[in-house]
Amino acid sequence: MKSAKNLIGLTVLGLLITAAVLFWSKGEGIAAEKEPYKIGAVFSITGGASLLGEPEKKTAEMIRDEINKQGGIDGHPLELIIYDDETDPTKCNLAVKKLIKKDEVPVIIGPSTSGTSLAVVGVAEEAQVPLVSCAASYKIVTPVETHKWIFKVAGSDSHVVGKMFDYMKSKKVSKIGIMTVSDGFGASGREELVRLAPEYGITIVADERYGPQDTDLSAQLTKIRSAQPDAVVNWSTGPTQVLAVKNWRDLGMDKIPLYQSHGFGNLKNLELAGKAAEGVILPLARVNVGNLLPDDQPQKKVIMEYTKSYDERYKEPVSSFGGHAWDSMHIAIAALKAVGPDPAKIRDHIENTKDFVGQHGIFKMSPQDHNGLSKDDLEMVVVKDGKWALAK
Amino acid sequence: MGTDFLQYVISGITIGAIYAMVAIGYNIIYSVTEIINFAQGEFVMLGGLFAVFFAGTLHLPLYLAFICAVAVAGCIGLAMDRFIIGRARESSVLSLIIITIAVSILLKGSAMLGWGKDPYSLPAFSSGGPIMVAGAAIQPQALWIIGICALVVISLTLFFRKSVYGQAMLACANNPQAARLVGIPVRYMVFLSFILSAAIGAAAGVIITPVSMMEYERGALLGLKGFGAAALGGLGQFFGALVAGLILGLAESFCAGYLSSGYKDAVALVLLLMVLFLKPEGLFGNREAARLKKF
Repeated sequence: MKSAKNLIGLTVLGLLITAAVLFWSKGEGIAAEKEPYKIGAVFSITGGASLLGEPEKKTAEMIRDEINKQGGIDGHPLELIIYDDETDPTKCNLAVKKLIKKDEVPVIIGPSTSGTSLAVVGVAEEAQVPLVSCAASYKIVTPVETHKWIFKVAGSDSHVVGKMFDYMKSKKVSKIGIMTVSDGFGASGREELVRLAPEYGITIVADERYGPQDTDLSAQLTKIRSAQPDAVVNWSTGPTQVLAVKNWRDLGMDKIPLYQSHGFGNLKNLELAGKAAEGVILPLARVNVGNLLPDDQPQKKVIMEYTKSYDERYKEPVSSFGGHAWDSMHIAIAALKAVGPDPAKIRDHIENTKDFVGQHGIFKMSPQDHNGLSKDDLEMVVVKDGKWALAK
Repeated sequence: MGTDFLQYVISGITIGAIYAMVAIGYNIIYSVTEIINFAQGEFVMLGGLFAVFFAGTLHLPLYLAFICAVAVAGCIGLAMDRFIIGRARESSVLSLIIITIAVSILLKGSAMLGWGKDPYSLPAFSSGGPIMVAGAAIQPQALWIIGICALVVISLTLFFRKSVYGQAMLACANNPQAARLVGIPVRYMVFLSFILSAAIGAAAGVIITPVSMMEYERGALLGLKGFGAAALGGLGQFFGALVAGLILGLAESFCAGYLSSGYKDAVALVLLLMVLFLKPEGLFGNREAARLKKF
């Protein structure tokens, strides 16, 4: 009796498996009419920079699904292979090698951070596979002679500083005090602030630093105040940038306006700083302020579409970082569409990308410029009633 | 000039009071068990984050959130001793110290999973803007920090000097065998020390969260500075921890103000190294007693 029961059970199971296999292959049969186009991606989905990698991964997956729903790229389904580098340059290096050797992708997007990007520039360059980094450092793409295959979609610190100094000049600010965090982000920002200040006729009268986990910045701000600058610039990410706002307010320095780096461009910071943040000024990429843009702004349409579908799918607001993934993904897709999965042709196509309307600006790539953004792709934003407003 | 000086003093004392409270947490466990509990900084972090949970998510009034956060941290301290340290009781003190490092990594990782990586803030204990004294700004929260720190130091000193339980705890440290012979429940005293130090660390965490916010990885650096203060003042010395914490806070603040803010963290560590070279038992430690200790 028992064995008969087992037999029936096995038969049913077998039928189910057969049905599943049939169904599966049928499903595949429809999609696999043309061979899939591959895009490789490396993001810091976990580890220290997960704040960057997480929305990047989500954005890339969302775009893949959108493209495939529309029938792929000229009928070729889009296959996205994503690896997590855990914010570790060594693992990032291995992931890129794997994408090139094992997965044989014709184009790579990411990595998320400057550190991990710099660790893989050589790999992509040697294998002659185009790589579109989502990180900011200008070192990733310069000098172009030795970075033929490398592009980046994030603006450089020099753009942010340039935009900020332009605005300061229009406000007759000539003396500034700067305070920067002693990590890679702060050091790079400080370098650009100090380098570009003379070009814009701005004098740095105080230059203070602090650690990323400091709990109080009033000593630094007091020192800056005693140097009597026209404005204070703070350059950091994480809790210290909120701390700077709070301490600035507590010390009663309202008469010396506080400028922040683009790192402050997260609504979470406004929530944490509360009323203290009123009047803080910063340069921001347009992806963060889509709804404030005038309707005739060319980027308005793509930004609003991205904001809407991202919000619908993930129930969270878009971030600058997701915007980088959007830009790199669409640049890669545009190249695949135009020239097919040939690394060399893709490289040439990306290098000749002109007037590509993205989340972070209108890209104008050239053999001399593998970034394609400028300071005009940013907006000056001021905090007003706990929200962003365009600064006048 | 005078205003700036005053401002540096105020911010130095505020941050120094926090270092002192962390240092006291080290001292309590050290006094009873000779273990240096490197998870102390994580209790500060947990205190802050639990207070955020109770006040922000459960909408409890702030004083209740404070009490609950301290109580929860105390329970975690108890669990740490009961389930982890207690099980390795036969190991050497050095092994136990290494275990505390593992616990700190565990706590930090759990906090990251529980709260994510964003920083959180709490409303200040008393509303109102900063108090201006001769041009220098004092945040009301700074007064709370200094006041609570003073209260903790005074009550602990009294507890260990005057009460039977305090005396019994000290006896366990000096000679556990003899303490057991005269009828002191040594295990119980060790439990108590872990609860107390976790609770004090958590209290420090709650009171600084309104000023400096709190996120999962804040514990390590606070723990390190607090350990610096504990060693500087002499391990096991409560009054020493207070003075050393304040010295450390002021030194950092003056360095940031008059020298360069880049060297701020180095000052604390250089100060610590100098004391360890020149007066290894700490500023207020007893040389004779220090010789008898393993660490």
